[in-house]
Amino acid sequence: MSLFRIALAGEGGQGVQSIAEILAEAAYNENKQAIYIPNFGLEQRGGVSIAFLQFSERRIGAPKFQKADIVIALSSRAVERTLTYSGEETLYVYDSSFKLGPEELPEQAKQIIDLPAIETANNKLHPRVFNIIIMGAVIGLSNVVSFEAAKEALEHKLAYKFEKDPKLRELNYKALEIGKEMGEKALKEGVV
Amino acid sequence: MATPTVPKSWYLPTKPHKFCPGCGHGIVLKALGEVIDEMGIQDQTIFGCDIGCSLLSWNFFACDSTQTHHGRTTPVMTGIKRARPELLCIGYMGDGGGYSIGSQHLLNAAVRNEKLTLVLVNNTNYGMTGGQMAPTTLPGQKTETSPFGRNPEQTGYPTMGPEFIAQLTPDSAYVARGTVSKYKQLKKYLRSALRNQMEGNGFSFVEVLSTCPTNWRTNASQTWNFLEDEMEKYFPVGELKTPFGKGEK
Amino acid sequence: MQRVIGESKRSFVTGNEAAAWACMAAGADIMFGYPITPQNEIMHYWTRIAPQFEREFLQTEDELSAGFTVCGAVQSGKKAFTATAGPGNVLMQEPFGMAEAMRLPIVGIIQQRGGPSSGTVIYSQQEVTLTTFGGNGEGHRIVYSTATHQEIYDYIVKGFNVAWKHRFPVFILGDGYQAKMREPLEMYDPQDKGIEMVEPYPLLGLGGKIGTDREPSHLCNIYSLEEELYEVVLKFAAEYEALAPQIIEYEERECDQSDIIILAHGVVSRAADDAVKALRAQGIKAGYFRPITLRPFPQQQLRDAIARSGAKKMLIAESAYGQFDRLVKQEIYGETISIENLFMPGVGIIENDIINKVKSIL
Repeated sequence: MSLFRIALAGEGGQGVQSIAEILAEAAYNENKQAIYIPNFGLEQRGGVSIAFLQFSERRIGAPKFQKADIVIALSSRAVERTLTYSGEETLYVYDSSFKLGPEELPEQAKQIIDLPAIETANNKLHPRVFNIIIMGAVIGLSNVVSFEAAKEALEHKLAYKFEKDPKLRELNYKALEIGKEMGEKALKEGVV
Repeated sequence: MATPTVPKSWYLPTKPHKFCPGCGHGIVLKALGEVIDEMGIQDQTIFGCDIGCSLLSWNFFACDSTQTHHGRTTPVMTGIKRARPELLCIGYMGDGGGYSIGSQHLLNAAVRNEKLTLVLVNNTNYGMTGGQMAPTTLPGQKTETSPFGRNPEQTGYPTMGPEFIAQLTPDSAYVARGTVSKYKQLKKYLRSALRNQMEGNGFSFVEVLSTCPTNWRTNASQTWNFLEDEMEKYFPVGELKTPFGKGEK
Repeated sequence: MQRVIGESKRSFVTGNEAAAWACMAAGADIMFGYPITPQNEIMHYWTRIAPQFEREFLQTEDELSAGFTVCGAVQSGKKAFTATAGPGNVLMQEPFGMAEAMRLPIVGIIQQRGGPSSGTVIYSQQEVTLTTFGGNGEGHRIVYSTATHQEIYDYIVKGFNVAWKHRFPVFILGDGYQAKMREPLEMYDPQDKGIEMVEPYPLLGLGGKIGTDREPSHLCNIYSLEEELYEVVLKFAAEYEALAPQIIEYEERECDQSDIIILAHGVVSRAADDAVKALRAQGIKAGYFRPITLRPFPQQQLRDAIARSGAKKMLIAESAYGQFDRLVKQEIYGETISIENLFMPGVGIIENDIINKVKSIL
């Protein structure tokens, strides 16, 4: 795998940094080089939170980048903030519930994809696993880490919660799987 | 006639000392030296001094000693004490170092109840730099930077150090104000302040009212009058907080 | 030496966490610190790990106090360190100056943030001048500019040893990106790598009976006569200069027969390294030079690289407006190579920035 770059953005509290950390950890466990850096500013809460992720087989250069291979925006404000990271080779992903006009979406992208992640989380699973669906979608779209490695890293990160409530484990795995299928399907259909 | 004795804990190669004639530092350091001798703590004492006239004490004692920056004796001694709690740390500073440039250190060391003994010499001016106004300059007192007398409307009232430190510290702290005019009392306060550290009780602070004839431009009797009539009236001498009971010698 | 890591292990952590573990593994006894972003997590990790290994911590009232408490603790013979950034680094120049004057073996970790003033809490390389030549002294300090988590770890371990062996203050110059990002590194106990840790020793509180067993130790940092100070500073300068060849570290790649040498330090050197590889792949003869020690500076090594390369141009890339550039120029005064620059104060530099700049000037 050559260098692969992902920018994940959402509102504080949506779990953007958590899934970035899990993805990075999964790649690390697969003996890949990985760098994860959160944007961090003055706001502890509120404001758009962005995670910058890079994966590679060899040492990764600068921790930030200009254009991503995948951008995922988890809120309409996050779309505005992440337009700059979309280039000619970028898969640009946002949630279909945002109802955005073409002028609000990036001018440059290889493919612009809207996923029904919020709707699926709310109707089929639980609003809390919205971010895990997105994490699954990243895997479906990029194969940047294997599904098994992602599951293991998820288990590692959330073990303390799963112990208290084993049903949560099933819920999270289900969300991961649904997200992965969602990503694979979108890629195949080539929705622009 | 008996020859004057010097404390055993004084470092003789640096004597006679370099303080101006009539300066109170020599008296404070003699009291401190005698107390160190009487308590037998010379070998475990670390003496630290500020910049200002107090810096002239950097090699005054035959104790391990260190010299810091203006106002920074408190954190240096805090670092030593935190790293080596078995050592007895004495920080020595002037009113400028303690109440002005290093006031945040003094205040926070007091709040944390650091197990230190700090001795602050109050002579109502910055001596080393040539007699400028200090936090402790009395209302109406003339200095190089208050040539028409300190006007409290413009520059506030003198800092009442022991009073505010007593407010900040728990009951295990020791806080007193002595004066070079009452030598035995001063020694008692210094002894209590060291004992409090040795027993691991808490922060120990002694302000000492002292003289600066060079910058006050006073002769011997005027010097003593200013100390006893002006300073001691404004700054009450006594123990403000003691875990040992006030009557104890 | 107490074992902290046990079996050496690969880890995937932030640079701040790597720093805290490195200090622990290096045998640091006590940390003094004051909160400032982006170094806070060094304190957070240290305070969590320290009790397990009987190490100490004090959160002081400000950075002046953090620096001076470190000075006190090392005088008493304990390995002590602090960490700071930005305006905190400004305040710490006062105690760092005292450490320079009294040759105190302090270790400071600097995670650069944007400047001037409060700037940003994020990232920059704008604390180069301050960390190398801050204070009212002569820059008798050792400054390692790290680029990876592995280097943060390795140079902290080395830094404690260099500080205690040679008694010059040592600074690990990182930045907000290195502080906050996660990447893999290997953590280890120094003895497992054959690294012998230098034992600390007291300058005060020496034990024994004063007057019978020994003379008192009197440490001073102010002199009555200008000649006294002159002698002290000249002595320090001579010792520093004699030591420099042992301390200097740098990286050089592809400089021989190159048309342009790209010069960068710290995290920017990663982008410079990648840029050189990409340019070479495109047939552009670029070379890479990176000082790891900014003080002392590998000036002879850089002069040699320039001479061997035959390059007509050098590009200096930094996330500051010329602080590194000034340092380089003063060190290689007299060289006739033309120097171009890519100054991006307070923002990251990626390989494309460097590639585009190189193409625009060649």
